[in-house]
Amino acid sequence: MADLIARSPCMGLLPLEQGGVSVTELDPGPMTLVAPYKGQAAALSKAMKVAHGVGFPAANTTETGKGVEAAWFGRDQALLIGAVPDAALADHAALSDQGDAWAVVRVAGEGAEDVLARLIPVDLRDSAFPPGRSIRTQIGHMAGAVTRLPDGAVRLMVFRSMAGTLVHDLDRAMTHCAARGTG
Amino acid sequence: MRIAGKGLIDRDTPVHFRFDGVAHQGFAGDTLASALLAQGVRLMGRSFKYHRPRGVLTAGSEEPNALVTVGQGAHADPNVRATVQEIYDGLEAHPQNAWPSLRYDLLSLNDLAAPFLSAGFYYKTFMWPRAFWEKLYEPVIRRAAGLGALSGQPDPDAYEKAYAFCDLLVIGAGPAGLMAALTAAEAGADVILCDEDTRSGGRLLAEDEEVDGQPGHAWAQALTDRLRAMPNVRVMRRTTVTGVYDQGTYGALERVGQHLPHRASLPRACFWRIVAKRAVLASGAIERPVAFPNNDRPGIMTAGAVRAYLNRWGVAPGRRVVVFGNNDDAHRTARDLVAAGVHVAALVDSRHEAQASDAYPVHAGAVLCNTQGRLGLESVTIRTAKGEERIAADTLAMSGGWNPSLHLTCHMNGRPVWRDDIAAFVPKPDMVPGLIPAGACHGAFSTHACLEEGRAAALRALSELGMTAKDVPLAEAEDAPVSLRPLWQVLGKGRAWLDFQNDVTAKDVALAAQENFCSVEHMKRYTTQGMAPDQGKNSNVAALAVLADATGRSIPETGTTTFRPPYTPVAIAAMGAGAEGKGFAPERKTTSHAATVERGAPMIEAGLWYRPSYFPDPGESHWRQSCDREVRMVRESVGICDVSTLGKIDVQGPDAGRFLDLVYTNMMSTVKPGRVRYGLMLREDGHVMDDGTAARLSEGQYLITTTTAAAGQVMAHLDFVAQGLRPDLDVRLASVTEQWAQFAVAGPQSRALLDGLLDAPLDPEAWPFMACGPVKVMGIAARLFRISFSGEHAYEIAVPARYGDSLFRLLVARAEALGGGPYGMEALNVLRIEKGFITHAEIHGRTTAFDIGMDRMVSAKKDCIGKVMADRPGLKGPEREQLVGLRPVGESKEMTAGAHLFEPGTEPVRVNAQGYVTSVGFSPTLGTMLALGFLRNGRARHGERVKLKDHLRQVETLCEVCDPVFFDPDGGRLRG
Repeated sequence: MADLIARSPCMGLLPLEQGGVSVTELDPGPMTLVAPYKGQAAALSKAMKVAHGVGFPAANTTETGKGVEAAWFGRDQALLIGAVPDAALADHAALSDQGDAWAVVRVAGEGAEDVLARLIPVDLRDSAFPPGRSIRTQIGHMAGAVTRLPDGAVRLMVFRSMAGTLVHDLDRAMTHCAARGTG
Repeated sequence: MRIAGKGLIDRDTPVHFRFDGVAHQGFAGDTLASALLAQGVRLMGRSFKYHRPRGVLTAGSEEPNALVTVGQGAHADPNVRATVQEIYDGLEAHPQNAWPSLRYDLLSLNDLAAPFLSAGFYYKTFMWPRAFWEKLYEPVIRRAAGLGALSGQPDPDAYEKAYAFCDLLVIGAGPAGLMAALTAAEAGADVILCDEDTRSGGRLLAEDEEVDGQPGHAWAQALTDRLRAMPNVRVMRRTTVTGVYDQGTYGALERVGQHLPHRASLPRACFWRIVAKRAVLASGAIERPVAFPNNDRPGIMTAGAVRAYLNRWGVAPGRRVVVFGNNDDAHRTARDLVAAGVHVAALVDSRHEAQASDAYPVHAGAVLCNTQGRLGLESVTIRTAKGEERIAADTLAMSGGWNPSLHLTCHMNGRPVWRDDIAAFVPKPDMVPGLIPAGACHGAFSTHACLEEGRAAALRALSELGMTAKDVPLAEAEDAPVSLRPLWQVLGKGRAWLDFQNDVTAKDVALAAQENFCSVEHMKRYTTQGMAPDQGKNSNVAALAVLADATGRSIPETGTTTFRPPYTPVAIAAMGAGAEGKGFAPERKTTSHAATVERGAPMIEAGLWYRPSYFPDPGESHWRQSCDREVRMVRESVGICDVSTLGKIDVQGPDAGRFLDLVYTNMMSTVKPGRVRYGLMLREDGHVMDDGTAARLSEGQYLITTTTAAAGQVMAHLDFVAQGLRPDLDVRLASVTEQWAQFAVAGPQSRALLDGLLDAPLDPEAWPFMACGPVKVMGIAARLFRISFSGEHAYEIAVPARYGDSLFRLLVARAEALGGGPYGMEALNVLRIEKGFITHAEIHGRTTAFDIGMDRMVSAKKDCIGKVMADRPGLKGPEREQLVGLRPVGESKEMTAGAHLFEPGTEPVRVNAQGYVTSVGFSPTLGTMLALGFLRNGRARHGERVKLKDHLRQVETLCEVCDPVFFDPDGGRLRG
């Protein structure tokens, strides 16, 4: 019997490259929404630290460990990325599998900020948005998450179903930026 | 004509363009206005109301006369100011508001009718008969008065919008702005320096003066290059800051491609939203004309504009120039002209103490009182103590003093204050929080004072930001005092223009006052002075000075009107950039999208989602054929439908059951793990919000579903309840809609299909109707729900979305092997109508649980949101329109959703309406049209006949009222 074949959200849509800016799809591995129950925030953070090496992140930040990341994802919510959550976490938090729910892309290159400035109403200057910052905001007309990666590139996440629109919007912004560059 | 050796244009780079169909040549660095003036073209437009011939008045973005249309067809850009438009090879500009041509404009007949077209003309004249307004008056006025026209086609050009952030935004790159930017940049602040011009320098570009021992423009260029090289500075040329908004947000329009030959990928303009911690306004000042009779002929310009054309573009606007003013700038103009070899026929200074000159005749204590010339100035009449005298002149340079460009400081309702010494309004401190005015816009008119104020403003901003400033020395520059005696209008025969753009005269303003429109805001509306793109840039102070005179008040008592954003016109295309076509709204696509499109299914929008309407088989030419087949397929074998678009919400925590009891009308805390229950949610006001299912996956975990349309609304509602109403409950919510690809497997063969697919066959005992649980598909963990929206024995199977495409293809292949296949929204709709299942066509926001026959689902044992309000009088009882089924019984079988219901014998008019139809469809199962609708006291009227009447589509059908469940009313098929 045949196997079920996995498809990534941006399959066939990426990579893109224009004007020195590249957009590639990231495979983040497992992703789980972790939402601490009443009064369990500290205990959860401890359990996360023990099991995965990252604590529960403060608002608008992300904590990075060895292959594992915990990104703030809204009020009382974090996204555990890169590891299947340890069973002990369930004692302190509601866990929801999100590993298939998001299109995850990496925008990199000189001029990446100029492209993103056309889609994201947030201050992405190094001073305001260094590695370790992660926010929920709008990307074009979509609700999404924006994170500065350790290497300086920017990670964008939108709903999986909107992958096509994300790529469309990025492509358009890149085209315009590139056209300016040659003018 | 050009003056040799003068100007900042590049004479080695000629540029060819066309205006009004005629080929012209200019040079790189020219604006359309400077290039045309250099060619001797003075007539550039026709005025708004009277179609008076007009030429260029200014040299900046405040230009009211020289408005042109650039480009053709859908690319045409109307109302472009010729003073701002840079020329490029291939530029085509057209005059506006003239027919048949600029020189012979038939509508200039309006000018002869001027005595009848005074202020308030429309209000007085077009009062009656009322019906004439739309059909006659408005079209005629629209044609006769106006500016450029839109093409009426979608704009094919690219536009952008973007965001920027900085510590200090400097608005204007003249001496004050450059000094502010340098001071802040040297202190390490992130600086954005915006200027609407193509190069920095502001007034320095237009004047013949030195700063720090070098020409002013060279000093500005050197400083700009230095700033540009700093990593913390962004210099934005061709960028006009157009509006001030809350919390340090500034709107700005950047001309990106409007000065270049057309390229499809290059945006025309970019609308920026700049958020700045502090801002320095260094927007300079605008010279004001004097209102004297016939002061609007082509060839009459502000004195500052004449100097700009001379010094910056090397253009002498004429051969014989008369200069008229009330201040020393008039003399500066005359000196510059003489130095360049242009003949100055006279300098007319309204001040008696005006200094004489050897180089040109000076008429002290004299005024301009008339002008002559049809399509351009030929001579002027001056009035001295000795009487009136006519002087031949083709150019008149006039100066009534300068108005600080303080518009942006007023965008948050601040009002400026009057300064007598410069006879102008200046900004008060802190009219906009964090915005510091400096330089000419603040009433500091010497270059030295501008440099000083620019530096001081930056120092203040730095100190407020807690940053340490470095010592930045001031450049040496002129520091001449302002010497001016107010002169607003010269009385005499003929119209004295105040607002050139809106064709408002001094007499119009006086008339407004006479008719008791004495408040400055009333006068503005009555005369249209200062409206539209002008926003009072040229005429505001002069007009209210005239109003003050007419009403016997002082200017400060009279006050100014409100300056509104945008400061200069902004194309809506720029503000809405990216939001057309595919950018209008995100497209949400299911995992089965590709496979669905491959099968030729037409897609329909469901909210943001795209869902298949039907799956055409070879040989089917009408959607009904496909739909009927798909319905029969589900009733007889098995159908596959992607239902991933329904909202899915994880509800977890010790209090999950109690929480759901509150938001659903029925009891959810008693659902056993492994079971699903249908549920209804009410709004606080007692009307139905949504319906769906709650599956209890484990003791502490529910998975609830919403309709596709209300997924967002329900999620927001639940968050509100959890955070706002019951923060005491320990419950956590997470949307998992996107995590799972979910497919309905519906029909008598559904279990057979699944048994061959799942890793273990289903045990019928363990999987009764409304069971749920984990299963495995080829080793992949999946979820199975035995629920049905078709009335058949059916399941929904969910897998992680990455497998959605693969599973859909597999399910369809297996269904086809069993005589089934995929089905779309049309069939889904017919299946549910046959079963009387509701959608948002029925729960449309005005219906209650009682109305849809689900009153008993509102549990008596507990409270729920909406329960109390649903018990209000009038929301239950025989007077309510209740859900019924309808089937045609007369000759006509046609039924339409949206039709209204009447008793057969009554007139189908509003007062007799008994209800309405919400859903219709042809049932291949029952061989008839079926409808769901709401009928007054409908549940008690099964068996009665009603008349369905659709007034829009001219449908009238006699129907029988019946139970809304047409098919398998006892539900044997779905349980079986």
